[in-house]
Amino acid sequence: MAHHGEQHYNLEQRFDFTAATKKSIMTVLVIGAVILGLGIVLAMTGGGHDEVGEAGGHAFHWYERLYANLWINNVYFTGIAIVGVFFFAIQYAAQAGWSTPLLRVMLSFGYWLPFAGILMLATFFLANHDLFHWTHSYLFDKNDPQYDSIIDGKGAFFFWPMAKGTFPIFFIVRMVLFFGLWVFFFKKFQQISDQEDQLGGNSYWIKMRSWSAFFLIFFAVSSSISAWDWVMSIDTHWFSTLFGWYVFSSWFVAGLCAITLLTIFLKGKGYLEMVNQNHIHDMGKFIFGFSIFWTYLWFSQFLLIYYANIPEESVYFIERLTSDVYGPFIFVNIGLNFFLPFLVLMTRDAKRHGVFLKLVCSILLVGHWIDFFLMVQPGTLGHNGGIGLMEVGMFLVYGSAVALVVLGGLAKKNLIAKNHPMLEESYHHHI
Amino acid sequence: MERDTHFILGVYEDEDVLLHAVEKVRSNGVKIHEVYTPYPIHGLEVVLGYKRSRLPIAAFLFGMLGTTLAMTMQFYMMSFDWPMIIGGKDYAAFPAFIPVGFEMTVLLAAFGMVGVFMISSNLKPWAQPRIFDIRSTDDKHIMAIDIANNSAMDLEKIKEILKSSGATEINNKSFE
Repeated sequence: MAHHGEQHYNLEQRFDFTAATKKSIMTVLVIGAVILGLGIVLAMTGGGHDEVGEAGGHAFHWYERLYANLWINNVYFTGIAIVGVFFFAIQYAAQAGWSTPLLRVMLSFGYWLPFAGILMLATFFLANHDLFHWTHSYLFDKNDPQYDSIIDGKGAFFFWPMAKGTFPIFFIVRMVLFFGLWVFFFKKFQQISDQEDQLGGNSYWIKMRSWSAFFLIFFAVSSSISAWDWVMSIDTHWFSTLFGWYVFSSWFVAGLCAITLLTIFLKGKGYLEMVNQNHIHDMGKFIFGFSIFWTYLWFSQFLLIYYANIPEESVYFIERLTSDVYGPFIFVNIGLNFFLPFLVLMTRDAKRHGVFLKLVCSILLVGHWIDFFLMVQPGTLGHNGGIGLMEVGMFLVYGSAVALVVLGGLAKKNLIAKNHPMLEESYHHHI
Repeated sequence: MERDTHFILGVYEDEDVLLHAVEKVRSNGVKIHEVYTPYPIHGLEVVLGYKRSRLPIAAFLFGMLGTTLAMTMQFYMMSFDWPMIIGGKDYAAFPAFIPVGFEMTVLLAAFGMVGVFMISSNLKPWAQPRIFDIRSTDDKHIMAIDIANNSAMDLEKIKEILKSSGATEINNKSFE
C-alpha cells in the first residue's frame, strides 16, 4: 500500500533460543544419531552388500560409506552456510532495501562456517584414499603398473610445490585459505553490523558495501575452485567446465530455502513483524528463479556431454544413469529440484503464502542434498552406495547440528539491523 | 444517456491527494471509469479495486502451446517424416529437442503475451486513442467518471464529491 502511517516496530527484538526449541532440535539430533548408528551396525555386519568378488577393485569397507556421507554433508552444509553470507553481501552490493529486516537471518548461517571448515579438514585426513582416488601415490609413479598419465598431468593442482603423490599441500592450502577468508569476511560483516547498531549513520553501510564487493570477487573464484577441489576431484579423470557454477547454483537454492524457512520459523514465533507477504514473495521468486537456473546448468552440462558423446566425458553420466542404485535418483533429482518448484511456485499466490513455501523449501533442501549425493557417492562407493539408514541419519545429525549452531548464533545479536539506513524503505516494500 | 460518451473529469495536482480522492469517490458510491496519470502511481490499481491481471494465464497457455508445437515439430520431422541419425543418437533424441522446445516456449509466451496485451489494451496500430485531457501526459492526474454509468446519482452531487476530494478543476468531456 502506498500510504501507511508512521510505523512503530520493535527494533530491539532478539531471538530467544528457548530450551523447548533446543530440546526439539536435540531430539532430532539424537534420532538421527540412532538411525546413523543402526546404519553403521547394519553395514558392519554385512548389510546386504557383497564385499567379495569386485573385479579388480579393492574390498569395500563399511566406513567408506560413512566417510562419503560425512563428505556429502560437509559440502552441502558448507554451501548453505556460505550462501547465507553471500546473499547478505549481495544485498549490499545491489543496494537492496527490501531485504533489510532479513539481513541478520542471512548472516547467521555463517556461524556454521568455522565448524564446517574443521569438519572438512578432519574428514579429508580421515578418509583420504577412501574418498579421493588421486591421493594414491602409485598413480604418479611411472614405474608402477597402476601409473595414470591423465591424473599425473593434473597432479600439480593438488600437490604443488611438493612432489606429486606425497602431501597434497596445494589442495590443503586452498581449503584452509577459503574457509579462513570466508570466516574472516563473515566476522568483518558482523563487526561492521555491530558498530552500525551501536553508533548508527550511513558510513557503516558504505563500508559494508566495499567489503561486500571484495567478498563477492573472492567468492566468485573460491566457490568455483572449491567445487572442483571438493566435488569434481572425486571423479578425477572427468572434468566439466561449468561444474563450479553447477555446484554454486545447487548451494544457492539450498541456501535460499534455508533462509526462507528460518524467516518463516521466526515469523511463526512472533519475531520480524515488519516482514510481510511482499518480502516472502521476493524470497519465493529467488527460489523459483534459481531453481530454473540450477536446471539450466544441470541440463547444459548433461546435453553437451550427451551430444558430444566423448567417452571420457560421458562416463560420468553412464556411471549414474545405468546404475540400479543411482539411476532412479537422477530423475528424482530433476523432479524435486525442477518440476516441483517450477510448477508449484509459478503462481503469485504460492510465493506469497508461507504454507506453500515451507513445503517447497523443505522438499528442495532434501532435493539438493540428493544432488550432492549424486555428485559424491557414485565416484566413491560405486554400486555399494545408495540412500539407506546411514544417509538419513547423517543428514539429520548434520542438519540439527547446523540448526543448533545457527540459531545459537542468531540469539547472540539483535535480530534486526536497527540503524540500517534502508530499514524504513523495507517496511514499505510492496510488489 | 449513452454509455462511454459523456464524462465528468476531475483534475488532480498531487498523487497522494489523488489516491485519497479515489478512495473517497468510490466510498461515496461513484463508479470511476478510469484514471489517467502522466506516470505510474504505486498503489493506484489497489485503491481503484482493479482485479489482478490475467495476462500470466495467457503467457502460460501460449508457453504450453510453444512447447507442444516445438516437440510435435521435432518428433514429426526427426523421427517420422524423414528419420535421420545424427551423432549416433536415436531417431527420437528427446534431450536434443529440449533447447528448441525451450526457445519456442519462450518465444510464443512472449509473443502471445504482447499480442494479448495489445488487444486487451486496445493498442492496435489503427486504434484512435481518446484524449480526455491532454494535460494527463504532462502534469495533471485526470479522473474520468462516466455519467451514464452513474445515472443513479445527481450530477451536482458527483461534482461536489470531486471538489471536496481535492480536485482543482472539474470539467465535462464528451466524445462523438
